[in-house]
Amino acid sequence: MHRRERIEMPHGGGGRMTSALIRDVFHRHFANPLLDQGHDATVMERPAGRIVMTTDAHIVSPLFFPGGDIGSLSVHGTLNDVAMAGAVPTALSAAFIIEEGFPLSDLTRIAASMGDAARAAGVPIVTGDTKVVEKGKGDGLFITTAGIGVVPDGVDIGTHRVRPGQQIILSGTIGDHGVAILAHRQNLSFETSIVSDSQALHHLVAQIVATAPTIAMLRDPTRGGLSATLNEIASDAGVGIHIDECKVPVKPEVASACELLGLDPVHIANEGKLVAICDPQDADAVLSVMRARPEGADAAIIGEVRADTAGLVEMQTAIGGRRVIDWLSGEQLPRIC
Amino acid sequence: MKYIEEFRSRELASGIARAIAQEADPARTYNFMEFCGGHTHAIFRYGVQDLMPSNVHFVHGPGCPVCILPIRRLDDAIELAERHGAILCSYADMMRVPGSGRRSLLRARADGADVRMVYSTLDALEIARANPDREVVFLAIGFETTTPPTAMAIETARTEGLTNFSVFVNHVLTPAAIRHILDAPEIDPEQAVRLDGFLGPSHVSSVIGSRPYEFLARTYGKPVVIAGFEPLDVMQSTLMLIRQVNEGRVDVENEYSRVVTREGNVKAQALVDRLFEVRDDFEWRGLGSVPASAIRLRDEYAAFDAERRFALTPKQSREAKSCECPAILRGVKKPADCKLFGNGCTPENPVGSCMVSSEGACAAYWTYRRAETLAEIARRKQAA
Repeated sequence: MHRRERIEMPHGGGGRMTSALIRDVFHRHFANPLLDQGHDATVMERPAGRIVMTTDAHIVSPLFFPGGDIGSLSVHGTLNDVAMAGAVPTALSAAFIIEEGFPLSDLTRIAASMGDAARAAGVPIVTGDTKVVEKGKGDGLFITTAGIGVVPDGVDIGTHRVRPGQQIILSGTIGDHGVAILAHRQNLSFETSIVSDSQALHHLVAQIVATAPTIAMLRDPTRGGLSATLNEIASDAGVGIHIDECKVPVKPEVASACELLGLDPVHIANEGKLVAICDPQDADAVLSVMRARPEGADAAIIGEVRADTAGLVEMQTAIGGRRVIDWLSGEQLPRIC
Repeated sequence: MKYIEEFRSRELASGIARAIAQEADPARTYNFMEFCGGHTHAIFRYGVQDLMPSNVHFVHGPGCPVCILPIRRLDDAIELAERHGAILCSYADMMRVPGSGRRSLLRARADGADVRMVYSTLDALEIARANPDREVVFLAIGFETTTPPTAMAIETARTEGLTNFSVFVNHVLTPAAIRHILDAPEIDPEQAVRLDGFLGPSHVSSVIGSRPYEFLARTYGKPVVIAGFEPLDVMQSTLMLIRQVNEGRVDVENEYSRVVTREGNVKAQALVDRLFEVRDDFEWRGLGSVPASAIRLRDEYAAFDAERRFALTPKQSREAKSCECPAILRGVKKPADCKLFGNGCTPENPVGSCMVSSEGACAAYWTYRRAETLAEIARRKQAA
């Protein structure tokens, strides 16, 4: 089958070509004892404790971007969703919808990248599925991953735990992923060195949870950026959130690109950052364990939860004024002048 | 971060704020109109008003090209894509603006029209080259800033013999609109806000220079300070305006001297003059018909003029009756004075032009000052 350069309809037909594709591409790169059971459903030992489960569909364009690709992103995205419950991820699944004509070399590269990401994370991909759609009925490749994990005893994360007085910690610079993707899209060919921040955060979360088991809230500001995450928390918890623009880390090149395109970094997607909310007496300890890990090297306390202005996110601006940070209405579109 | 952070320093900002507080005469008020949506955006995005004493006010002008495009012109653009089968290329910020029946370009695209979002006129040319069998129309909007790139694209198309490319021209002129606001004959002078000066456009002025504003000082006795778009530019320019008012001076001053000269970009002006002529009048959403306030292609370039190339059906723009945009765009009313604000009119579902773009006054109040504005409206309702 390696002579065939592109995915064809029979690759998804369930026959010999499907079987060869799964063996030569997916099993080869994901190899682990659980996957090697070779069943449609994988049998695992039951872990002790509360289980979390999540799923995430990935449709990124372009499929390959500086700092990652749809494969590594689909692993990191689901690991991070599991981790934001304070959980330790234990297994992943992956389903592929491939458009007829998709280059086999690209699929192999993406599978290898997923395998690498899963191995680096220490979490196996234990089951999967492959479908092929006719040309024109998909955008190259869609990947859906699901993950399960176990929440350590005593950990209870959620907006119901968010209280006025708690501190808000951001694990690093914002906007890197969204700007890397935008900059790499064909019609926006300005030169930049910006790389996506796509990375797994469960090791960082394990450290945070070990340091402050009573941590109230963890969330990764992906689509919609920091503004969506903070607004979700403010409105679900019925609290006000106040942050200081000067304390929110933004890479200079990301700030410049946003300036050029008329975008606001607070609305731009991240794929390897988290917001942690904890009691004030834990804040310094959480900040230092975050900074001690590469995923949290640029972590900063960016603000606090307050009782006033419930449901709103407010920011002290760079020059010392004040403004609401709103949800984004629709998609963020560049301004013309 | 060179040239960005320098203009957003908290320390420098508090220094200018102190100077303004010291120099602003507590016995009087200062009303300054920022014409440009870019300034409105900066004022709200950075909370500049918070650093001003209570007697220094910004009055938000109509300088938002997306906000002032009449609904019927947007309907024309949708017609070009739908009825005439053209590929319509538009800047991003026009995409969500609702036309008649709340149909936007995005909606038309979902319904099957070929609408493409472009970042520059070069992208539109590229689309025309790649689709020689299709008509490609660029929806040109904007003030004097965006006109030269439109002109360049047309010149390039002519040189290359790109016969499938044309432009739907909606470029408008800043000085004519300012004059119109100051004349505002239909507004009761008792109600009209007294304007003590103008924060002059920044990007527009990089093209046209500061000279075209001199009539404001000469004829209308209004001080002007050309201001950059950074928050510190706005603050420094406000201080300069306060000084002019206090000293009784009426000058055109240039705070944005790192970019703007008195003569402007002479080369760009010559290019625009070669291709375009001034229209007798043009409808502005919110302001109505404004004489000599827009441009169109000269006859020699008629082949590139989508309005002459396609037979567009005549349309009327219908605006919501209780919408206060016309008064807000002239600085006579504030968003809190509008019954529709937050009550059927939001950025997700805009009724009037000021709520349409992030640079419009209502959208700025909604996005950055919602709590205070809604509280103010509630207070007034209770008092009534």
